[in-house]
Amino acid sequence: MSATLVQVIVGGLLLGAIYALFSSGLTLIWGMMNVVNFAHGDFVMVAMYIAYVVYVLLGGGPLASVPIAAVSLATIGILAYFLLVRHVMRGPMIAQILGTFGLALLLRYSMFGAAGANFLSLPDNLVGGTYEIFGIRLQASRVVAGIVALLVTAGLHLLLTRTSLGSKMLAVSEDATAAQLMGIRPDYMQAIAWGIAAGATGIAGALIATFFYISPTVGETLAIIAFVTVALGGFGSVPGALVAGLLIGLIESLSAYWIGGVWKDVVVYILFIFVLWFRPQGLMGKS
Amino acid sequence: MKKLLWPGITAVLLLAYPLVFTTPFQQRLGALVLLYAIAASAWNIVGGYAGQISVGHVVFFGCGAYASLALFTHTGLPPVLGMPLGIAAAVGIAAIIGTPTLRLSGHYFSMATIAVAELARLVTTNTEFLGAAVGLSGPTVPRTWLDLSFISSVPYYYLFLAVLVITLGITWWMERSRIGFYLRAIRDSEKAARSLGARAPRVKLIAYLLSAGLTSVAGSLYALMFQFVDPESGLGILISVKMLIMAALGGAGLLFGPLVGAAILVPLEEISNSLLGGRGAGLTFVLYGAIIVLIARFRPDGILGLFQSARKAPEKHDA
Repeated sequence: MSATLVQVIVGGLLLGAIYALFSSGLTLIWGMMNVVNFAHGDFVMVAMYIAYVVYVLLGGGPLASVPIAAVSLATIGILAYFLLVRHVMRGPMIAQILGTFGLALLLRYSMFGAAGANFLSLPDNLVGGTYEIFGIRLQASRVVAGIVALLVTAGLHLLLTRTSLGSKMLAVSEDATAAQLMGIRPDYMQAIAWGIAAGATGIAGALIATFFYISPTVGETLAIIAFVTVALGGFGSVPGALVAGLLIGLIESLSAYWIGGVWKDVVVYILFIFVLWFRPQGLMGKS
Repeated sequence: MKKLLWPGITAVLLLAYPLVFTTPFQQRLGALVLLYAIAASAWNIVGGYAGQISVGHVVFFGCGAYASLALFTHTGLPPVLGMPLGIAAAVGIAAIIGTPTLRLSGHYFSMATIAVAELARLVTTNTEFLGAAVGLSGPTVPRTWLDLSFISSVPYYYLFLAVLVITLGITWWMERSRIGFYLRAIRDSEKAARSLGARAPRVKLIAYLLSAGLTSVAGSLYALMFQFVDPESGLGILISVKMLIMAALGGAGLLFGPLVGAAILVPLEEISNSLLGGRGAGLTFVLYGAIIVLIARFRPDGILGLFQSARKAPEKHDA
């Protein structure tokens, strides 16, 4: 195997770790409440702009922007839950989908108005330049982002499976009425879930901003990647999102290398259609 | 006879509009309202009646627009002859998306529609045969009447009106048929409908294929009037947004809902564009986003739903 190919594979896995992180937020909400957040990609977009603003105003790198983006996005997530999602959840299907889809448009085009259509990017050397290990050249920003994303995703999984908060959230997702009888308030748990999911998305956005272009429409592409990841991983499964995210990062990287950059998204979208046809329950989902 | 009062008044108003409003701007506006009403009515069949929210309906619009102009570009035949090709492509794509997803929960369908629309836009942008990023043009100078190329908007207005009447006629017929009955049952409770013997995925798929074909016709009509299509105007997400917002604002699942929505939103957008220029486009979509959120939050059955619920007790929906 040539060094370039190894580099492509490692790069793909590192990108995939970030896909896994922001897809975990989507799959968490979906698994718990049976609601798909169509504004999910635009949450990532907002976090990317927050990272940019932190850099320009404070001169800060990811050390400052990751926590700021996480807290801001968690706030946005909780607000979205109380002002919108809680109400549309009880409505017909059309209200559920249009609610978050409208929110996506609102965020996307408000950002157009505020920041313009220009592509922005953070400086390349914001995080430590480039490493060379065994003849593989890797950008430090991608390595750091990938590793942090893996850790946060693992932490999210532990939070959901090993803590009492996680058990309460699981109880609400299994049967909200029964949980309420046990003294758990479903709307609090759901609000917390939105906070956690959006906060994780905020971290992912601030990380990806260190090496990805920033534009108001970037959320659309990222949302579709999150949909593919969640569908491939199996709905509601954080470990599924992790495996699927890594796989999709790898597939994107390899297809960019073998057939050209413009076709990498095409390959991923076609994969989505294949998953829906042949394995709609995903790799780790319950059928 | 009372039932025919409002459709009758609407028909007279629509027929008389170009005779009363005679400036080119007003006539073009009228034609655009009807064009979007056709597309939104087609969306309504699957989004409103079947309750399956397509957020990527532009892919079918694009099928029609691209089939018409690609046929002209590569063979020189009149664009209108591309219409059946567009319908065939749209129905084929709808079958590929709909067959697996309409068996799953409605979210999968919505996610798949948005992904396929984006896929179509990406592939078209990189395909020379379809004009790539530059787009395709029609016969700017009409060679025969078959090119359906007119300077005035009035012929387009009446052509679109005729197609709208056909679209609404098909919808009306479907609403009263066995399929319409099943669709209403499925939308209210899929489990109950299945237990009564409705083959839910198949019925939803029929609605989706019908909707896709009619949306493609709207795309071909767009190509006839504008004689130009590029990835943004033929396959951009904003066209999908317009279709669903017009239907949802007017009243999704109601025959005249999309027409009402189009009659409100198209003038709004045209006026804001002419007042604000390019800057207005972004602002229009902030407004669209806000309207969609407000409809979802407060009035999922749209404006016409207000009158409906005034007459009968509001329906209960189960999520």
